[in-house]
Amino acid sequence: MTTSTGSMTGGLAAGFHDPVHDAQGVFRDVLRAMSRPGEVRETAVQIDPPAPLNIAGAAVCLALLDFETPLWIDGGGRDADGAASFLTFHTGAPRATGPAQADFVLVADGRILPAFDTFRQGTDEAPEGSATLIVQVADLAAASPDAAGAWRLDGPGIDGTVGLHVSGLPDGIADDLARNADRFPRGIDLILCAGRRIAALPRTTRVEG
Amino acid sequence: MTQARTMTDGGYNFAYLDEQTKRMIRRAILKAVAIPGHQVPFGSREMPLPYGWGTGGIQVTASIIGLADVLKVIDQGADDTTNAVSIRRFFARTAGVATTQATEAATIIQTRHRIPETVLKDDQIIVYQVPIPEPLRWLEPREAETRKMHGLADYGVMHVKLYEDIATYGHIETSYDYPVLVNGRYLTAPSPIPKFDNPKMHEMAALQLFGAGREKRIYAIPPYTRVESLDFEDHPFAAQTWDARCAICGAGDSFLDEVITDDHGGSMFVCSDTDHCGRRVADGHRGDGE
Amino acid sequence: MYVAVKGGEKAIDNAHALLAEERRGDVGVPELTLDQIKQQMGLAVDRVMGEGSLYDPDLAALAIKQAQGDLVEAVFLLRAFRTTLPRLAVTTPVDTAAMTVRRRISATFKDLPGGQVLGPTYDYTHRLLDFALAAGAPAPPAPEGDPAVMADAMPRVTDILAYQDLIEPEAGDTDGEGKVADLTREPLAFPAGRDLRLQNLARADEGFLLALGYSTQRGYGRSHPFAGEIRMGEVAVEIVPEELGFAIEIGDITVTECQMINQFAGSATEPPQFTRGYGLMFGRSERKAMSMALVDRSLRARELGEEIEAPAQDEEFVLYHSDNVEAQGFVQHLKLPHYVDFQSELVLVRALRREAAARRSEAAE
Repeated sequence: MTTSTGSMTGGLAAGFHDPVHDAQGVFRDVLRAMSRPGEVRETAVQIDPPAPLNIAGAAVCLALLDFETPLWIDGGGRDADGAASFLTFHTGAPRATGPAQADFVLVADGRILPAFDTFRQGTDEAPEGSATLIVQVADLAAASPDAAGAWRLDGPGIDGTVGLHVSGLPDGIADDLARNADRFPRGIDLILCAGRRIAALPRTTRVEG
Repeated sequence: MTQARTMTDGGYNFAYLDEQTKRMIRRAILKAVAIPGHQVPFGSREMPLPYGWGTGGIQVTASIIGLADVLKVIDQGADDTTNAVSIRRFFARTAGVATTQATEAATIIQTRHRIPETVLKDDQIIVYQVPIPEPLRWLEPREAETRKMHGLADYGVMHVKLYEDIATYGHIETSYDYPVLVNGRYLTAPSPIPKFDNPKMHEMAALQLFGAGREKRIYAIPPYTRVESLDFEDHPFAAQTWDARCAICGAGDSFLDEVITDDHGGSMFVCSDTDHCGRRVADGHRGDGE
Repeated sequence: MYVAVKGGEKAIDNAHALLAEERRGDVGVPELTLDQIKQQMGLAVDRVMGEGSLYDPDLAALAIKQAQGDLVEAVFLLRAFRTTLPRLAVTTPVDTAAMTVRRRISATFKDLPGGQVLGPTYDYTHRLLDFALAAGAPAPPAPEGDPAVMADAMPRVTDILAYQDLIEPEAGDTDGEGKVADLTREPLAFPAGRDLRLQNLARADEGFLLALGYSTQRGYGRSHPFAGEIRMGEVAVEIVPEELGFAIEIGDITVTECQMINQFAGSATEPPQFTRGYGLMFGRSERKAMSMALVDRSLRARELGEEIEAPAQDEEFVLYHSDNVEAQGFVQHLKLPHYVDFQSELVLVRALRREAAARRSEAAE
């Protein structure tokens, strides 16, 4: 541990109370979300992460990151040092030297989402090498596919079509997601987090917005 | 049929694997789900069971299972075959989770060589044990080459092989581990299930996860995903059928095992899925095996 | 009425009880102690530590006892234990030039600084069964040593050649990050770097490597080897704790090192010179260290621009099939039930036979 984080440990918020079973529970929420795009999960985990992290965003990071996963934090112009110290302390994830070097990207504010091609896309032979984006948004809710303002999703994991309402992403993001899907098998995968809520948009999901 | 949770062995972590290994496998599983049918390499660990005996499936199960889960383990469709018993005990011992033989009661089903006859539901996960994850391996032994073929979706060699079968034998000479195309893109090994089970993979409501421990690969098929068994217009895919019915429960639509009854060619047929067969008997169905 | 086979649980319990009885054998014979295994079956312990990738003579001895002397089973036991251990640190490279040498021979120079030291070897024993041992021999007399010779500096033969620029430079830290690949954390990927290949070979089955090394001598990928030097003895293991910033010694281990020197005619970019094949094993494992060095050199074919035509030069073939824990599991999985697959084949074969018979009778009409 470096001196700077070492001196802050006293003030750092706690991680998972039960590292084994909390991590398993959060992972299963993410797995369910990733294998059923559009379905909104609510994590039951009890944590109180520092700003700008929300509960779901912090929980997903704690469950998936460790010393093997370079992390890029995009604070969206806000001070994310508290979040960085929290995640470094609890996960040991090294800070990526740049967005294109990261396995995981934490986007603190989905309204200021960097362009997808900033991040690793994987290759045709190793598409699993692409980045996973953990994107914090204002709100997430399941919706009927035809509801006003909702996205219409289809693809693997979806029985027919499903609706998803997301607030707190840039305008025109649906076009970016469509382009992401067109790159298959390359492409990034998104985990959306709002409060306790988690939903996912793997690269296979076709989004009409 | 369902065994309640038990106390676990001290000294090992919950479900045996350490947390770092579970995280590594969990990350591989998420990428596998995002790229249906694509084999994701993972840092498969040495397990206390032999390679080739389900170490991939065990690592996947160990990485997803929690205290709320109910586990079913089958081998050849049966819960009581020795390897299934051994794996079920491993989890009862290291994770203390509840186990069951009832397909409907399970949240996770680890399987070798079969998909249960009971239709799987939305809240279930089926974990396949996979010996050779590469469907092209028999045609091209080199990983460096098969990886390129998958990258380019260049599956010509497989179509040629199947077509040559038809030209030579009038049939496709593959009766198990019959290759499938997942979501129209990746050629994928369904593991050595009989081709009888292939249609169950198509648009299945449950999540399908595949673990190959010795070969160090994980792949997945999300729910409601297109899974097509390779075929030709003039030679459509067809599953096995039997003239016989199950001698115990009378089922005419399940996969049947042949049981030798004497050394003069005498045999009878019984359901390979023991839970399915038992439930039919409990419901009053009978075969003519008496 | 037919009743499906049941009782897997009970069968397994019984099998374990029978195995325990077999392992112990006649209870009238005193039970082996781990010290006896460590002291008197040291070469078995060394092989299990090497292929088990864990330097722990006590646990290796326990594994051998538990496995009734089946060394591949013992390797498996040790590996399954090793996988549960946390990684605390990565050592600095061991310096075999600074080895406390117990054996050191060179086949390339009659005499050299430090001299030839035979040490404990079976090489010149006549392989006559020693019936005195069967009777329980008294303790052997102490060997006459010349500690002065052993204390001399013993530069490695390859370093001597390197001084004259006749051999390729030693492979250094190729990626410059001081990182060495670890196939127990990341799966093999091809083409494989030499670090990964050497790790794989060090863990490989001795019999497999021996046969492959032998095949190179018989013309399947001939590489003109000379045993430049084989040395065995103790080396210090050091780590650099992050909080200290300098190396501290954490213990000694016994290793056997083999440096093969091979002809190389040169290429467009490289002058004619000798090349290296390297073998390093835990403990006294000379046969395997030599085999490893032969196969290492063969696997460098791609890097040296040689044609790849023999099994020992084919990295996918060698690296994917060298591990006996993987191999024994998959070979033996054939004894697991395959009822379903076999039934599928039966259905197919019967259908094919019916059709063939129908075609024959049609043709006959």
